[in-house]
Amino acid sequence: MRYSGFKVFTEGLFGNKGWRPAWRDPAPKAEYDAIIIGGGGHGLSTAYYLAKNHGLTNIAVLEKGYLGGGNIGRNTTIVRANYFLPGNSEFYSHSLKLWEGLEADLNYNVMHSQRGLINLFHSDGQRDAFARRGNAMVNQGDDAELLDRDGVRALLPYLDFEQTRFPIYGGLLHRRGGTARHDAVAWGYARGADQRGVDLIQNCEVTGIDVENGRVTGVQTTRGAIRAKKVGIVVAGRSSQVAAMAGLRLPIESHILQAFVTEGLKPVIDHVISFGMGHFYISQSDKGGLVFGGDLDFYASYAARGNLPMVEHVMEAGMTLMPMIGRAKVLRSWGGIMDMSPDGSPVIDRTPVDGLYIDCGWNYGGFKAVPASGWCMAHLMATGQPHEVARRFTLNRFATGHLLDEEGTGSQHNLH
Amino acid sequence: MRLTCPLCGERDRREFYYYGADDYLRRPAEGAPAAAWDDYLHNRDNPAGETRDLWYHEAGCGQWLAVMRNTVTHAVLAVDLVAPVAQKRGRK
Repeated sequence: MRYSGFKVFTEGLFGNKGWRPAWRDPAPKAEYDAIIIGGGGHGLSTAYYLAKNHGLTNIAVLEKGYLGGGNIGRNTTIVRANYFLPGNSEFYSHSLKLWEGLEADLNYNVMHSQRGLINLFHSDGQRDAFARRGNAMVNQGDDAELLDRDGVRALLPYLDFEQTRFPIYGGLLHRRGGTARHDAVAWGYARGADQRGVDLIQNCEVTGIDVENGRVTGVQTTRGAIRAKKVGIVVAGRSSQVAAMAGLRLPIESHILQAFVTEGLKPVIDHVISFGMGHFYISQSDKGGLVFGGDLDFYASYAARGNLPMVEHVMEAGMTLMPMIGRAKVLRSWGGIMDMSPDGSPVIDRTPVDGLYIDCGWNYGGFKAVPASGWCMAHLMATGQPHEVARRFTLNRFATGHLLDEEGTGSQHNLH
Repeated sequence: MRLTCPLCGERDRREFYYYGADDYLRRPAEGAPAAAWDDYLHNRDNPAGETRDLWYHEAGCGQWLAVMRNTVTHAVLAVDLVAPVAQKRGRK
């Protein structure tokens, strides 16, 4: 079924009786050409591009819960391509281009809103660093504009420019940055994959990975054994557990990242604002809630909830940046499980087990990467070769020293 | 979360700096192969459940602590000083 304004109109006339489920609910077959473990954003987009770009349709996505129930179902929805390092820059640039054509491609409204993202700076040194980053973005073919204080004031008059701990000197504006409706991204990819014949199998937890003579032969699940010559692990915060089923020990430590939403308010914040010095960022959802967050709680955790010190820190940072939000009531907060890599960049690579591939280490920036991650993982699984824009996301780069350390803080788990 | 420092008693989490899994206590011997150093520095069991990791009592006594805790429930099971263990290992 193709969605359109006309379809909405005619369904409205006839009692909305013509809508059908957006995807099937198939039972697992005994064998597939390829299996994706993980029905989140990255897993679903991998399946979609395997089918669309590479014609592989005898494939299954295995999800232990329901589709899109992990980090794609709860995040702060920011889409941007403002990376500096070669290796990251071309990848996120590719991802943003895919975002810009995503709704037409999927025939699904993901509410992609290029409202502009502003990274604030607070010193001459930071201005130089952002000018350099902006130049890297422009060289990559993306957009960046350096705003002075008056430039920021014209866009964000409600910030506290003078009285705060970090007076605002200006900002780096990335006009093509913005937000998208996170659930819709998962649902759009799921529907697109299903339409191309991919089996999306929910409530199907992988309990073992079968390896014979160094080659993957299939998986054991709560719904029986399934054979496949190619298996992709795309399970974000649970990467270490699933990889361990194949005897692998990953350069991943899972951490908690908290985020918060207020009650719905009238439109007040038109952009995405990132206040790096305070570890705070904020945007307003189309429903009106202020969506904001800060830094990691900074210790290994799978609790899916955070601790109060970071709640306090984030609230303080928000208040010093924009005192006007002080009377908004926080509706809820949550903690997502982030698969943190030592250098803060992801992995899309083969593993030492033949036919077993892994896509992990998205740290706290996986949402914007969903299209390109799936695109590149699909390329890797179909051809056996890394995609050009993801060729530096190797699993062994920590051993060889070919790091992608965007923050320049070092290759250590507790520094990103 | 609160940690009970063996020297200072129960203290707020904000007094402590988190370093990482206790793999850091098992430093490879000089001349160990590169893979051993990669494992030591980067690769982790990363368990969902009980784990042992290292914390530094930065705003307290300045001791390194080995904390047994559960990463799913945030329950703290034991807090030990690292120094006696590390010293014993270093002098054997």
